[in-house]
Amino acid sequence: MLRGDLEGEDLERYVEERVVTTTFEKMQNWARSNSIFPLTFGLACCAIEAPISIVTARYDLARFGAEALRASPRQADMIILSGRVSIKMAPVVRRLYDQMLEPKWAVSMGACSSSGGMFSNYAVVQGADKFMPIDLHIPGCPPRPEAVLYGFTKLQRKIQGNADQGWRARYNAAGTEEWARGGPRSEPNPEATAAYEEARELARA
Amino acid sequence: MAELTEDRSKEVMTVNIGPHHPATHGVLRLIVDLEGEVVRELKPVIGYVHTGIEKSCEDKSYWKVIPFVERMDYVSYFFQMEAFCGAVERLVDLEIPPRAKYLRTIFLELNRIHSHLVWLGTTALDLGAISMLWYCFRERDKILDLFEMATGQRMHTRYFQVGGVIEDIPLGFEQKCRSFVEEMPIRVGQYEALLDRNEVFLQRTKGVGIVSRERLLELGVTGPLLRAAGEPWDLRKAFPTLAYPKLDFKIPVGTVGDNYDRYRVRVAEMVESARIVGQCLDALPEGPFIAEDRKYVLPPRSELSTSMESLIHHFKLVTEGYRVGPGEVYYGIEGPRGELGCFVLADGSSKPARVHFRDPSFVNLQAFREMALDSYVADMICSLGMLDPILGGVDR
Amino acid sequence: MPDAPGLELLRGEIERDRPGAVLATSFDRHQAALIVDPDQILDVLRWLRDTEGQAYKFLSSLHVADYLPAEPRFGVHYELLNRDRVERIRVKAMLADPGEDGLPEIDSCVSLFPTAEFQEREAYDFFGIVFRGHPDMTRILLPDDYVGWPQRRDFPVGGEPVTFTYNERRYG
Repeated sequence: MLRGDLEGEDLERYVEERVVTTTFEKMQNWARSNSIFPLTFGLACCAIEAPISIVTARYDLARFGAEALRASPRQADMIILSGRVSIKMAPVVRRLYDQMLEPKWAVSMGACSSSGGMFSNYAVVQGADKFMPIDLHIPGCPPRPEAVLYGFTKLQRKIQGNADQGWRARYNAAGTEEWARGGPRSEPNPEATAAYEEARELARA
Repeated sequence: MAELTEDRSKEVMTVNIGPHHPATHGVLRLIVDLEGEVVRELKPVIGYVHTGIEKSCEDKSYWKVIPFVERMDYVSYFFQMEAFCGAVERLVDLEIPPRAKYLRTIFLELNRIHSHLVWLGTTALDLGAISMLWYCFRERDKILDLFEMATGQRMHTRYFQVGGVIEDIPLGFEQKCRSFVEEMPIRVGQYEALLDRNEVFLQRTKGVGIVSRERLLELGVTGPLLRAAGEPWDLRKAFPTLAYPKLDFKIPVGTVGDNYDRYRVRVAEMVESARIVGQCLDALPEGPFIAEDRKYVLPPRSELSTSMESLIHHFKLVTEGYRVGPGEVYYGIEGPRGELGCFVLADGSSKPARVHFRDPSFVNLQAFREMALDSYVADMICSLGMLDPILGGVDR
Repeated sequence: MPDAPGLELLRGEIERDRPGAVLATSFDRHQAALIVDPDQILDVLRWLRDTEGQAYKFLSSLHVADYLPAEPRFGVHYELLNRDRVERIRVKAMLADPGEDGLPEIDSCVSLFPTAEFQEREAYDFFGIVFRGHPDMTRILLPDDYVGWPQRRDFPVGGEPVTFTYNERRYG
């Protein structure tokens, strides 16, 4: 279609059919959600299902644009906590999460990392959100790869809908971003702060 | 300035590998002293998935312990169940019916193939043969389909019960299993065609990580590692239980004991396991799949609405569990990684006083230092893969 | 497994060479066990390993069980395997708990069976049993700064009860 072939109404219709206008943030989030780099990280049973099984041919994570697993946390933007987090492992997991560049997402896969699961004992941290923010919990013990993929699409939708990182509002962690060169700092949201305080009160009671 | 002119080729550097490292097959941490690229000292640090399962088991009644022990060595869950259920059956002196023996053998051997497939896929991936991962996991998914068909879950099935198995195999399982068993040796042949003439794979495995047979025995190593060094020791032959006495199978044995032999032994075991499953399907006897003793075994669902007695048994078993007289039993079976032993101490109550697992990965890991010493770092990764530790089993 | 008479014969042979080493025997559920004086555990293990015609050369498993109400409290179990005769035997050494004064101690068998190294560390980690002469008697599975011996029977299981805060908030 060379320039000048269409004029007037035809041109208007042509443009309407072929051009989508959106904000830059939306486009950025759309691109982000479809090019996630998960961390090659496994803890226990779920590790066989999530980082390994879902990249193989039957489940094929590449359909969602996330097949490029990254071994270094500095190159990854999603961590899947696949398995129980022991008290010895928790500081390591937190450190890995801190090393990941923003924006980053954490998925807690399976009952163990979501709530301690069946292992209510001295050695297991009862839920990974005790020491790090979690964006998505996938139930199951271990969850089927289909469940992980479903959770993955949910996470994509979450990324597309949210311009900010989400967990900061939930955990009242505004202003803690680490940017390479003095990026913008988020402001505390009064509503989120109130909700956070209320939740803490409930937890104390 | 004098120091700089000294011979610096002997300088030793300590490198920390893990606990998050893609090549450690879990959360193993290795503290390695390197001289150039050569490993001079190595210390594994474990415990990063220590789950306290043995302690949790003391807090549960016997039938509730089964799901816990499955999650120790999460690749060979049927073996964990068999070790625990077998130990409890010895404690309460319960004989399981012949059909249950054959069904258990089928699932154990399918699980052995599954475990070796996971090992082959991930280890070949470490050595750069990435397509092996795709092929191995294709077959693994077929095994998981069989598990799902019979038990309802892909992993952690809780299929074995004290006294037998929880349900009979469904219609169509046999045909599906048979077609898998016929296909598996062909697939193994394809894996061998990919790896056995792969110069990179051969150079990285042949003559690497040799530990003598005597030293392996001193270190308590069992399973394919020991057999690769030429010692034909297999608990399926030594202490035959289940249907193993009636089956015809061979124990693959290596000669040198290098990483290539370890690979060959495991691959040959997959073929043998497929043969065992085929024989079991041929000889599968009719009859009950779980023992009749209502003191330990749940009554069938159909009886609950007609028989008061069954309802009482069911209620007692589910709420309190059965009591086991005081005693202690050690029961060892041949897992995919070696001798998997379960020690159960009963104190007369409905909860075990101690459940301990002698996990083969935990014991075999002690041989890793000698396998990797004075070899290159890259060979150390290869040796670790060939050792096949499952960290959930190491740490429990 | 040696049968019950075989176990008594074995006991007699050990008694002849090491008087007073074997305190009792037990044959239960077709499994033979020798209960041994903890001070002579190494002698008995060495005898079982090296004596002509015995050759219990393979240590399958070393583990500890806590028989809490009973006294002495801790039992260190050595599951020995004779690969020639295909027999297992369990050697048990019972250790009393010194209470606040310190930790129970027993000789390490790493010099006889190198495989015991990790397993003795595990026993120390979970039960606080010190193996004298072990090359590296530190915690193995738990963090180094952990306090307590978690698999003793009087140690609480831990964990936390599940609270349903959503329901409480909504329905009071």
